[in-house]
Amino acid sequence: MTAGRFARLVVLLLGSWWTAGCGQRTTVEFWAMGREGEAVAQLLPEFHRLHPELRVKVQQIPWTAAHEKLLTAYAGGSLPDVFQLGSTWLPEFAALGAVAPVPERVRGNPALPPDDYFPAAWQSAMVDGGLYGIPWYVDTRLVFYRTDLLAAAGYAELPTDWPGFLAALRAVKRRQGEHQYAILLPINQWQVPVILGLQRGAALLRDHLRYGDFSNEAFRAGFDSYLQLFAEQLAPPPGDSQGANLYADFAAGYYALFISGPWSVGELRRRLPPDRPWDWRAAPLPSPTGVTPGLSLAGGASLVVNRRARHPDAAWKLIEFLSTPAQQVAFYRLAGDLPARLAAWNDPALANDPAALAFRVQLTQAAPPPRIPEWEQIAHKLAEYAERAVRGELSAGDALTLLDREVYRILEKRRWLLRKESSG
Amino acid sequence: MMRLADRRCWLRERNPAWWFLAPALGLMVVFFVLPVIAGLVLSFTDFDLYALGDLRRLRIVQLGNYLDLMQDALFWQALKNTLYFTLIGGPLTIVVALAAALAVNSKLTPCKRWFRSALFLPVVTTLVAVAVVWRYLYHPRFGLVNYLLTSLGLGPIDFLGDPLWAMPAIILMALWKNFGFGMMVFIAGLNAIPQRLYEAATLDGADDWQQFRRITLPMLQPTFVFVGLITAIGYLQLFAEPYVMTQGGPANSTLSLALYMYQQGFRWWNLGYAAAVAFVLFAAIAGIGAAQLRRRKGNP
Repeated sequence: MTAGRFARLVVLLLGSWWTAGCGQRTTVEFWAMGREGEAVAQLLPEFHRLHPELRVKVQQIPWTAAHEKLLTAYAGGSLPDVFQLGSTWLPEFAALGAVAPVPERVRGNPALPPDDYFPAAWQSAMVDGGLYGIPWYVDTRLVFYRTDLLAAAGYAELPTDWPGFLAALRAVKRRQGEHQYAILLPINQWQVPVILGLQRGAALLRDHLRYGDFSNEAFRAGFDSYLQLFAEQLAPPPGDSQGANLYADFAAGYYALFISGPWSVGELRRRLPPDRPWDWRAAPLPSPTGVTPGLSLAGGASLVVNRRARHPDAAWKLIEFLSTPAQQVAFYRLAGDLPARLAAWNDPALANDPAALAFRVQLTQAAPPPRIPEWEQIAHKLAEYAERAVRGELSAGDALTLLDREVYRILEKRRWLLRKESSG
Repeated sequence: MMRLADRRCWLRERNPAWWFLAPALGLMVVFFVLPVIAGLVLSFTDFDLYALGDLRRLRIVQLGNYLDLMQDALFWQALKNTLYFTLIGGPLTIVVALAAALAVNSKLTPCKRWFRSALFLPVVTTLVAVAVVWRYLYHPRFGLVNYLLTSLGLGPIDFLGDPLWAMPAIILMALWKNFGFGMMVFIAGLNAIPQRLYEAATLDGADDWQQFRRITLPMLQPTFVFVGLITAIGYLQLFAEPYVMTQGGPANSTLSLALYMYQQGFRWWNLGYAAAVAFVLFAAIAGIGAAQLRRRKGNP
């Protein structure tokens, strides 16, 4: 009895403390992933100073669980007001109706000028012509290479055209010997074959993204040159790279080049031994002609507002704040994520960093992958068939034909929905 | 409509055991039977991401998912891998468990308790931690296994990167991880065999091997059924080992049915299709379990 009465008293006191003095302060819920979640929390004191009537509650979600957590939160109706959404997930959440198109009043907001963003980043937040979020940070893939191994093979700089690039890889491989390689291409990733296809003008999907278009000549040409890198043993054979540590192997000279994104800049600076007698550099991808950098994939993440947000206005204020060039730079310094906003790149932290500059150049030549919810599944299939072709289980032609057949099945529902929409 | 008196009699005629079972049965219905039925219904639809957003985008496909499964090469691959793992890994685990039980139980073994705990330790160790260590052991260039192989003059094998070797590597790890449980059950079974049987056999002049074949094995029969069934059920649901070690690769050589179901359901949110995989897996487990029970019963 006394214990029960005491408990009731505690609840009462806690309750009054909880509700007391809150005034009209609005709390915005914000979910961010991994490192970004940690970093963004450090930007918020400034936001709270500018908007004393608002409070932001950040929840940090590990990347590996993020997709599942967001979808279950959607199903359970507990999505936060604002959240971070990777560019390949955006079409999915747009299709779900979890995210509404950005309202007109926000699009016309001078604080968010579309022409101050990398076009590829802006594009990656668009689905079927509608804008669903504001790009937060961008990423793309380019080449990292060891200057000493390239120099030893007779190259002071990485050639910018494919024939020259291939010749450089061969020269490096000759010096590397039998058990070391020129370039690392992880066998279970889809990005490199897609990039090579895009560079040759492949569309990947056709007829309003209703069918796979991988048997197409342009994609086939890119796919063939991908397979060639393995056939000539310029890249480690399948499996040899698995379980290995990318950066340790790079430091050991197991390969001289690899293709990766901005996160590798920080990792290389952190992990490589500081007393090493060699250096690395980042360079844009080679292109068929070598005049401009070769096309790469654009990725990154956008900030989106939940369609059923309780505080949409406060949510947009937060996005506006995080999109200011000053906050974009601060975020870059904390998390190493490249700003989506062009004005931020004038800051010395970015303008004087040679690795960041390489990314800036590459970002002018980048395109997002097709923006449909099924893309990740298609990409996964693509990686699967590419692996089988590399292993020699299938010829290049057969692999792509079978891939198109799988994609046909994956996109069946999409075709049905589009038919239904157009008929009714 | 039953009259009140009738109803009272009806209630009274029930076996009172039902009333004691009711709470447990109620929980089972709510948390097991109903979800299973919901899963079965789901497997006749094309429930996916689009349907999650708007139920009007849901189609009833009847047996469509099951028919698609029959034509899905990856499903057959996953089924083949699962059976490979169960049929090779299961008997191996039981044999090793029995051998370990006999060794630990032997009068000649010192520090029995220590060995028993040490051999049981892998069972209670977190799989993720185990997987990290085994990934290093299997590493083609720095791994201990390959170090031993190379010192024997055998070439390094890329265990987790070679489609031929990945499944044997997973089986070896699962064997090491799981045999301790079977061992404990066998030790209990061995201790339950009356000592006088061995004494009588010794008087009759039976040697160790004869005693093992004519006394130990027949007396362990019920233990075999139990360990066999538990191992088969556990192994058919192979998931965590490939999930943390290989993600189903290389070239899908370690993709199990449960992993395939997880990928379809929680990676691509094809929940209808994943539910169909779940019911095929369920049927396989029920079938193999029933067959095993019947075989043991018919052969006392």
